[in-house]
This record gives sequence, C-alpha cells and structure tokens, in this order.
Amino acid sequence: MSNNWEMVIGLEVHAQLKTSSKLFSSSPNQFGSEPNENVNFIDSGMPGMLPVMNFGCIEMAIKTGYALNFKINKHSVFERKNYFYPDLPQGYQISQFEFPILSEGYINIESGDNQKKIRIERAHLEQDAGKSIHDIDPKYSFIDLNRVGTPLLEIVSYPDLSSADEVINYMSSLRQLLMYIDVCDGNMQEGSLRADVNLSVRKKGQELGTRCEIKNLNSFKFIKQAIEYEFQRQINIIDGGGEIEQNTMLFDTSTGETRAMRSKEFSHDYRYFPDPDLLPVNLTQEQIDKIKPLVGELPQDKLNKYIDNYSLDKDIAKIIIAEKQNANLFEKMISESTVKPKFIAAWLVGDIFAFIKENNLEVNSLNEKTKDITDLLRLISDDVISNKVGKEILPKVLNSEGKPSELVKELGLEQVSDSGELEKIIDEVLVGEEENILKFQGGSDRVLGYFVGKCLKATKGKGNPKLINKILLERLKK
Amino acid sequence: MKNSISQIKKALIEKKISVSELYDEYLVKAKSGNNNSFNLVIDRENNISSIKDSQNRYDNGNPLPLDGIPLGIKDLFCTKGIRTTASSKILSNFIPNYESFVTQQLLNDGSIFIGKNNCDEFAMGSSNETSYFGPVINPWKNKNSQKDNLVPGGSSGGSAAAVAEGSCVASIGTDTGGSIRQPASLCGIVGLKPTFGSCSRWGIVAFASSLDQAGPLTNCVEDAAYILNSVNKHDFNDSTSSNHQREDYLIDMNNSLEKKVKIGIPSDYLEDVSDDILNQIDNTKKALSKHGIEFVDVEFKTTEYALSTYYILAPAEASSNLARYDGVRYGVREDGESLDDIYLNSRTKGFGDEVTRRILIGAYVLSAGYYDAYYRQAQKVRRLIKNDFQRILNEVDFILTPTTPNEAFKIGDKLDPISMYKNDIYTVPTSLAGLPGISIPSGLSKNGLPLGVQFIGNYFEEKTLLQLAALAEKELSFNEQ
Repeated sequence: MSNNWEMVIGLEVHAQLKTSSKLFSSSPNQFGSEPNENVNFIDSGMPGMLPVMNFGCIEMAIKTGYALNFKINKHSVFERKNYFYPDLPQGYQISQFEFPILSEGYINIESGDNQKKIRIERAHLEQDAGKSIHDIDPKYSFIDLNRVGTPLLEIVSYPDLSSADEVINYMSSLRQLLMYIDVCDGNMQEGSLRADVNLSVRKKGQELGTRCEIKNLNSFKFIKQAIEYEFQRQINIIDGGGEIEQNTMLFDTSTGETRAMRSKEFSHDYRYFPDPDLLPVNLTQEQIDKIKPLVGELPQDKLNKYIDNYSLDKDIAKIIIAEKQNANLFEKMISESTVKPKFIAAWLVGDIFAFIKENNLEVNSLNEKTKDITDLLRLISDDVISNKVGKEILPKVLNSEGKPSELVKELGLEQVSDSGELEKIIDEVLVGEEENILKFQGGSDRVLGYFVGKCLKATKGKGNPKLINKILLERLKK
Repeated sequence: MKNSISQIKKALIEKKISVSELYDEYLVKAKSGNNNSFNLVIDRENNISSIKDSQNRYDNGNPLPLDGIPLGIKDLFCTKGIRTTASSKILSNFIPNYESFVTQQLLNDGSIFIGKNNCDEFAMGSSNETSYFGPVINPWKNKNSQKDNLVPGGSSGGSAAAVAEGSCVASIGTDTGGSIRQPASLCGIVGLKPTFGSCSRWGIVAFASSLDQAGPLTNCVEDAAYILNSVNKHDFNDSTSSNHQREDYLIDMNNSLEKKVKIGIPSDYLEDVSDDILNQIDNTKKALSKHGIEFVDVEFKTTEYALSTYYILAPAEASSNLARYDGVRYGVREDGESLDDIYLNSRTKGFGDEVTRRILIGAYVLSAGYYDAYYRQAQKVRRLIKNDFQRILNEVDFILTPTTPNEAFKIGDKLDPISMYKNDIYTVPTSLAGLPGISIPSGLSKNGLPLGVQFIGNYFEEKTLLQLAALAEKELSFNEQ
C-alpha cells in the first residue's frame, strides 16, 4: 500500500556550540557537572540581570556559514521567545527570529548512488533551556539549570528530504561538518546534536500534506524509528478516511511510537520581539572575512586530496575522513614518515581501527604513538618483518609495551631474509617429500602452497615469504 | 533651606559635625515614617562600619566624593543583603545576593544608604499609589486644603518625598516615562533623567529595558551633578551602556554657558494648560532672558502620538521582563494543584492591578495578529518622535517644557488609568527619544504647591544641561521662597 506514498521531511537540527562559556553569561558551558553547578545570577533569571553576548558564538556561526554554503548576514537581531516553564528562568528564550545570522545554505548528501542537494533555509543562534527531571520523586519535579543559556545553532532545512536514509545521511553529514570546523562536539547522547523532524505524507505527485513535528530526537536509531512509525501512522489515518492534525509529537523510545504532545490549536503564541537588553548584531565584512581561514579543510576537500594525491581507494578514504580525528591521525602519520600513504591507510582502517574498537579507545589517544606506529609500518614495508608478525606486534606497540624494533629483536621475530639460511631450512623441509615434488613437477600448483606453509612453519613464521617462494621454485624445478 | 552635598562635606571636613551625627539626623527622620517614603530603613548596626570608615577618611584628610552622605535608594535597585521588593508583593521577601552597578558606585564613593525608598509597584505609576507598601504622602500641603494628603508623584515618589522631607540628602531613582522628573516636580526638588545608556541598568529590577534609566533626585542642581559624577559610568555588563568619555559635571557647573544659548519652547505643549503652568514657563523665560538667552517657539509634529506609543512599548517590554516573577525560584509562591495553578495563583496574587493591566496590554500588543498593528507600528512612531526631537535640536540648544500638566493631586483622586497616564505627557516624549531631561522647581501654584519646568538637552550633553539648570535655579531662587 505504502508504495504509492512518499514522505516529505524537513529537519530542525539543534547543534550545541563548543564555547567555553554560555551565550549570554560567563558561566561554564560544560556537560556532566553537578546539578545547578554552572549557574550564575543571569542564568537563574534574577531581577535586574542582563545578557551580554559571547562573541565566540558569532564566530562559530560564521564558520558554520562558510561550511554549509550560507549567506552570512551582517545584520542579525536577538529576540525574545516568551513562554512559561520552570526550566526557563527568564520566562523567555533569547533567539533569533526575523533576522537570523545565516540564511539560504545547502549541503550535498548521498542518496543511493547519487548526490542530492539539500537546501537549508536558515540557521540562527539561541539559548538552550534547563532540564526538568520528573522521575526522581513521585511528588516533586527537579530543575537543573546547568544547560540554561548554553549556545545553540538551530539549522533549519527545507523539506527536501524524502526518506529516513536521506535524513540520516543529512544529519551525519551535518554532524561531520560541524565537528570538522570544531563548533560542535557532535555527541548526540549528551544532546549536543538533536533533531526535530517535520514530516508529512502525500501520494506521489500530489500537493504537500499536513505535517507533524516530532521533537527532540537524539540518536540516528531513534530518528529512523520515529520517521518510519510516523510515516505509517499518517498513511493509516488517511487510508482510514481521516485527516492529519497538525500536531507536535513526542517519540517514545521504549515503545518506538510517536504520540501527540499538543495540537496546533493549543500551540504557544511566543510573542517574539527584539530583546531590548541587546543591541542588534552588526558585522563588518572584515569581521566575517577574518573567520574564513579558521574553517580549514572540509571533508570533501580531504576526500579529493586523499584520492588524487595519496592514491587511496575511495572506500578507504571515506572511512578516514568520516571523522576529523581519523583524518588528523592519518595526516600526522604521513607527515612523520616516508611510508607510503596508501600502506598507512590500509593498516589504519584495518588493524589499528579494529584495536581502537576492541579496546574502546578514543582515536585521539593514538596521537602520541604515531611515531611508533609508522616505525612498525616501516619495518613491514621494508620486509624486515612479515605482515603476520606486524599484526602480532601492533597491539604491543599500541599498548606502549616497547619500541617496534626492540620488540622485534626481543621476541626474535625478525624476518629471515638470509637466502643461505633459508636454503638450508628448505632443503630440510624437502627431505622425504619426493612424492609431492613429483606432483608439482607434474603440474599441481597447489603443492607449492603446501611447501611454503611448511617452510614458514619451520622458520616460526619469520621467513620472508617472497624469498621462500623464490628458492622453492628453483629447488622444485631441478 | 536644606544643606547641599558640598555644604555638608564642608561641615564634615571642618568637623562641625561627625559622619555619625549626620547619619543619625537623617535616620531619625527616616524612621519616623510620617510620609511612608521608605519600604525599609536599614538598621544602624549594618552601617556602623561604613560610618567609621568614612569618618576615618575625613580624619585622614582624604574623603571620597560622596563620603558620609546619607542617601535613599529607590526600592528597584538590588542591594546586596538588603531586601529589594520593587514595592511588589511578589518580591516582598526577596533579598538579592548582589549589588546593582549604580548603587555600587555610590558605595564606592563613600555614601551611606539610609534605606529603600517606596515607589510604584515595578515603577508602574505616576502617583506612588500602586505600591504594595501603601501610598507615599507628599510632604507639601495644599494651603487651601491643609488636611488633604497629596500624592508625591511617581514612580520614584518615595525618593522625591524623602529628599523633600529631609530623611536623606539625595535619592537615586529610575525614570522610564517621567518617574524621576514628575515626582521631583510635584515635591519641589530637582530630578534628572540622564541620556539612555548613561547609567548601567545592571541590577535594577527591569520595567521597560529600552526606556529605564537611573538618575538622581536632589535638593539642588549641584547635588545632581555630584550623584551623576558617581553613577554615570560605562558598564560592560549592560550591553546598552554607552562607552563614551564621561565628563566631570561639577567642574564649571556654576560658570555661565560658553556660547550663546537658544532655547525652544514647544507651542503645542502649552495648548490648554492652566495659568499655573504657563506662569512657570514665563517665569523661567524671564529669569534666563536676563542672561542673553534667546527663546524661540518650536513645534513638534508627533506629540499627540507619544503617550499611545509609550503605552504600547513600555507594557510590551514589561510583559516579558516580569515573566521571571513566577514564584518558582524566589519571591512569593502561592501553591496550586498544578504547575499552571502555581503560576496563575502566584502572579494573580503577587501583582497589583496596575502591573496586571500593563502585563495584559503588553502581551496583547505582542501577540500573533496584533504585533504589526501595535508593537511594530509603535516602534516606527518612536523613530519619528526621535527624528522630531533631532529636527528641533538642530535649531535650538535646549527645549523648555513644563514637567507636569498639574500640581500634586489628592491621594485616591485619579482612579481612571488614562487620566493618570496623562500626567506624563511632557516627560514621555523625551524618554522615547532617549534624551536627557532635568526638572527643577520653578515656583508655586495658586494652592502653594511646587511646580517644575523641564529642560531637555541633546544626547550625552548633561554637562551643559546641568549648567543651564544651575543658572535657572539661581535666578528662580525657588529654595529661598
């Protein structure tokens, strides 16, 4: 049934900015503190307290402007969005409304095998609210104001998205970009990146339907589940002869269902008006230009560089650029050694990432060990040790158990590349193997593998396989 | 005649009086509370160390600019450790843990606070009758009706009455649409509203952020300069605080103005006013003409829109500024079955009628569908009013107007809000333009009640404005009457 239906989705993404202090107060902008620890008189809405804008937030917005192809507005205005809630001490949230700092941007995302341009209507700066905690006590609610005043950049897309996968791609591209330009830590679990999903359905080719907004989704999994559930819910209503009501929905993570929080009839009238405590933000071209060099290389730039300059395969390059810290680690290793980038990349996305994953480490934690890693890779690429031995030693190097060359010596794992020594071993291996030698000479190539294996075993894995191969062939042809 | 700050300082330097004796003189009057001009008189205990420090500085020959001067503080300024109520029930138990920028400057300069002056609730009113702590009584009486208690004006009514009755040497007030100038006029004292952006609003309970401005209520113009010197400073914590270079307002205060001065009198302000009011303007004109000051008629094009504009913009800002008083974190909370009930009960019982009225008006003019018709339109008109002033101030150096359309009236006399609002007809336009205005007493009405005139100057031209006011004060000799 749902084959005839398509979904139309626009996203409002809230990205928490990585500033050291809040948007309008000097309190620390920090996750994980004791409740109400990062709260001053401004944050708690005491009488007579006034906001003072943190210009660092403006700089981060400008950076985002460059990264997401926005028009960066020289004139923007902070307004008050008025509503009552206990975790909103001022009784209003300071946000940008009529004049946002960024407008008309876009990013390209992957959709199937194609690229798709997703237009972004605007992005504006605003304060976050605090947290109400309702599940500690049956009678009382608790309020934590640590998050009050934390700077958010709300990024509002056009309804250009048409599947859950596209939404996930869009969201992860955004996350990647914001992390690259160092304005957001991208930690969705801690709420540093959250999305409101606006979704409507229509029969293909028909006009837009009535949309519902699913609030505050903070994981890719939930976004996907919520979209799929809501899509089906709306189709079912229409198929059953009903009409979609324009509602604000909550996603219940335990049931995987969306349910209405409030309908449009009861929607707030926020009574926006320019905040008279703050001056409009008026930027000069110089102030905007000054930020541009701070944007740095974006993922797409790196991807092209890795493929064109370092001859990386696209798939491997993509894994490395996925997160800026991966790319940083990779580029650090390249700059510190003469090992071929392609060789480094293969080890990085292979054994090194596997090690990080198994041991639950941060990629950044390897930044101090890059020299040892590349030394090890150098031993492998120079055939001093075999690939296999390299794989054995790598964890020891990553655990800082010793320098690669010392480890190799200590463990006696140097590859045997002395042909005289190898000839001796090979000759011993071939003793009593007349039958197999004849088989080989009769055309059975498989026997070669058998002999190589036997020789490697005899050298305890240290024999240089290429050399073994070569000598074996000489001997067998006799 | 009351002693000025410079006279008091002279007496302190010459040891004719000690800081402690001076303080007690004012404290006794403040404590008598005859006119209800204080919401709170600070215990002597709390000031003992300040008095001692101040006396030491006099003894060592290095007193600070306001050393030992007993001041009243409008109960809208947050004072650390001292209850600050904005004359509202909802803040009647609120003790701030911080000191407002302006009062901190006054403390830094050695002054000693007598107490917190009564005012209209959240500074909303023109008669000081909206205070939760009851009305303030004007120390002046109608000579033809001695038994009547008159209003002191508002909203800084407690400040004006306290200075007039002599329970503090000066008081720091706030002016949003006339709240310093109008009560100063009705109580026969000097009131200065500086240019918006002069004095930091940090730590002042906000009424209408784009209009609120702190300023002095004093016995004489020179005292106003003393206070202004102390409080007029740039503050990084107030984004609307101007960072221009401040002058010393006392230097050359009593020298005549350097250049030939031209003063405009708006003819449209004087239509339909009483003889009492016209006399004030005539007297002032006569007194200053002696000094070669030229007077010309000017005409505003926007006067009739000023009050409506003000009563859209000020309540709009107030409706949002007062949202934080919800009974959740501080102040008085009324219990309820649900969160909405707590809000509803706390705010319904915590706010008085006038404050409630303005919150409702403010919420209305900002609401969807009405914003463009009211708020946006009012902002446009405000711009026109500013331009109107600029046009006139391009032609003349100052503008002379009455401060109020009438003398002090009886408590309980004006029940209709609109007629109350009309009391600010001469002060509101200046506030909307953000310009400085000073009211000085200019004479008595037929009933023997004080009346004032207002001088308006250009942005941040307080220096020449004070010089002009000092000259007019000397010539009008109100204090000798």
